[in-house]
Amino acid sequence: MQYKSQAVAKPYFIAAIGLFIGQILFGVILGLQYVVGDFLFPEIPFNVARMVHTNLLIVWLLFGFMGAAYYMVPEETETELYSPKLAIILFWVFLVAGALTIIGYLSVPYATLAQMTGNDLLPTMGREFLEQPTITKVGIVIVALGLLFNISMTALKGRKTAIIMVMIIGLWGLAIFFLFAFYNPVNLVLDKYFWWWVVHLWVEGVWELILGSILAFVLIKMTGVDREIIEKWLYVIIAMALISGIIGTGHHYFWIGTPDYWQWWGSLFSAIEPIPFFMMVIFAFNMVNKRKRDHPNKAAMLWAIGTPVMAFLGAGVWGFMHTLAPVNYFTHGSQITAAHGHMAFYGAYVMVVLAIISYAMPILRGRAAANSKKSQVVEMWSFWLMTVSMVFITLFLTGAGILQVWLQRISEAPMSFMVVQDKIAIFYWMREVAGIIFLLGLILYVISFFVGGEEEASS
Amino acid sequence: MRENFTKSMARNIFYGGTVFFFLFFIGLTFDTISVLPETDNRHNITGKVALGKKVWEVNNCIGCHTLLGEGAYFAPELGNVYKRFGHSKDAIIAFIKSRPVEGIKGRRSMPQFNLSDKELDAIAEFLKYTSEIDAANWPPNIQG
Ligand code: HEM
Ligand code: HEM
Ligand SMILES: [Fe+2]
Repeated sequence: MQYKSQAVAKPYFIAAIGLFIGQILFGVILGLQYVVGDFLFPEIPFNVARMVHTNLLIVWLLFGFMGAAYYMVPEETETELYSPKLAIILFWVFLVAGALTIIGYLSVPYATLAQMTGNDLLPTMGREFLEQPTITKVGIVIVALGLLFNISMTALKGRKTAIIMVMIIGLWGLAIFFLFAFYNPVNLVLDKYFWWWVVHLWVEGVWELILGSILAFVLIKMTGVDREIIEKWLYVIIAMALISGIIGTGHHYFWIGTPDYWQWWGSLFSAIEPIPFFMMVIFAFNMVNKRKRDHPNKAAMLWAIGTPVMAFLGAGVWGFMHTLAPVNYFTHGSQITAAHGHMAFYGAYVMVVLAIISYAMPILRGRAAANSKKSQVVEMWSFWLMTVSMVFITLFLTGAGILQVWLQRISEAPMSFMVVQDKIAIFYWMREVAGIIFLLGLILYVISFFVGGEEEASS
Repeated sequence: MRENFTKSMARNIFYGGTVFFFLFFIGLTFDTISVLPETDNRHNITGKVALGKKVWEVNNCIGCHTLLGEGAYFAPELGNVYKRFGHSKDAIIAFIKSRPVEGIKGRRSMPQFNLSDKELDAIAEFLKYTSEIDAANWPPNIQG
């Protein structure tokens, strides 16, 4: 570790992994509820388990981003963090707020939670991904602003690299667009319109800046390629991401009561959204080919290479599959959407967080550069188990989705939703099996942290 | 990438492109907002619809259902349920009211939310309002 204050990243990374386990446990519960409808009913109905699954996902990714920021900022700016203490305080605020929210979901009916937390004063709850009580949302804003203050102050007094500027812009964007979570008009069309300013402008906008910056950081460290070259790539990638992704929001404005011209704007611009993801693939492989050193942390390398590949598949290929209006007309809100959501989130954001954790954690734990060979082998097994099972989850959901669309929306005698669900149950069973393998991969991942010591001095 | 394409050129494309397309997006947003009254069925928004939307939200209906194709995929689309149930608010109310507390053995079932008559009427009114939003002929058919 070059700077003492980088150590604050460690609790963030540990919390991220802990919540990740919770997310996947609930994913497996959800998958079972798909086929054994009364599983845990009425104690944990599907909608409750789903909020826990998706909100834990978002919260642990945020922990991961914050940890990444705290780890990267001192090294990039070549100065200690402005206030390590603030970083630790914010860590506990965020962890406690997050834990209380999840406990709230699981212990009282949602309507009671809404009432207890004063949702009537400023109703923001009950919308997908934004289910958190208003007060939790306020907490998220405070934590984000505290983080931004801390790292912006650090950057001001230190070296301003492109990587860190992009990270900071990405985090500012994350905080700013989250403010639209507080806008919840009665007019459903307006509500939906601006809901996407949080959801789409996050994952297909500002989060891509964070993704690009983490990836660039890890690649610089691991390959030793010239900063000038890496940062040029970074700028081109994020330029393409925002040029396509901002107007690309229109792919959510086809069928929600918005004007028809969005079918053109949304289709055209979102059709080029895969390009930045494709460039990330070229970028990563190029840098690895040009590498000036062989970093001993092979596991981190695997995550760093896997991220762009899986992001391109999940976001680029699976996104493109249903993004043109004439296709989306039939696939909108089907299992195709779920298939894409899973691989895109996993490939882009889960994997990039695991990449920075894999790179940084050995160093944070006082090891020279990498864990022991044995530990890396276990971690690489977990990489393959999780990644391959996610591919299968995606394929099974895609199969389910194609049948669903056919039986329910296209065939001559369209069947009702619930009848179709019964007919495609076999795909949900297979998804559940793949999900359990994913869970095993995750357990192995956790085990890798406890397997034997340190890599011998780097080669 | 080519040598004569420099980092600062890349940076300028990023800043320039972002600002340009964001402003363009804002422009489209203003235009959308100005023409929304033609499609968003706002003239049917009443106090009852507002209460209905609140009931929809505080019971997290979106956690199982889609509404105009957005939400969860565990239970049927409700943007057009008013039409599917024969343009009957009563049918919607009767359905929600009659959900068994302990569920249905081995099958997916909807929770019993114990809504008051006023809330039931409001949620049905909200779903009626939603079904009358002009969503460019989506869903493709009545099954949603
Ligand atoms: C890492 C980037 C991405 C992530 C994490 C992501 C995630 C998601 C998620 C979770 C949804 C479902 C939202 C909901 O619940 O309603 C969704 C919807 C969608 N995504 Fe992505 N996405 C990404 C990139 C892309 C890209 C690049 C494209 C297009 C090329 C795309 C096209 C779509 C479309 C068309 C929908 C709407 C599906 C529908 O109509 O039901 N996504 N995305
Ligand atoms: C890191 C891995 C995972 C990620 C990133 C992830 C992410 C997500 C996201 C973003 C959604 C919302 C989907 C949407 O709106 O389209 C979701 C829903 C869901 N997830 Fe996962 N998930 C993961 C693992 C799993 C696993 C292992 C399972 C189960 C076997 C699972 C089962 C489900 C189910 C059943 C839903 C609900 C879909 C619905 O609404 O019908 N997930 N997950
Ligand atoms: Fe999108």
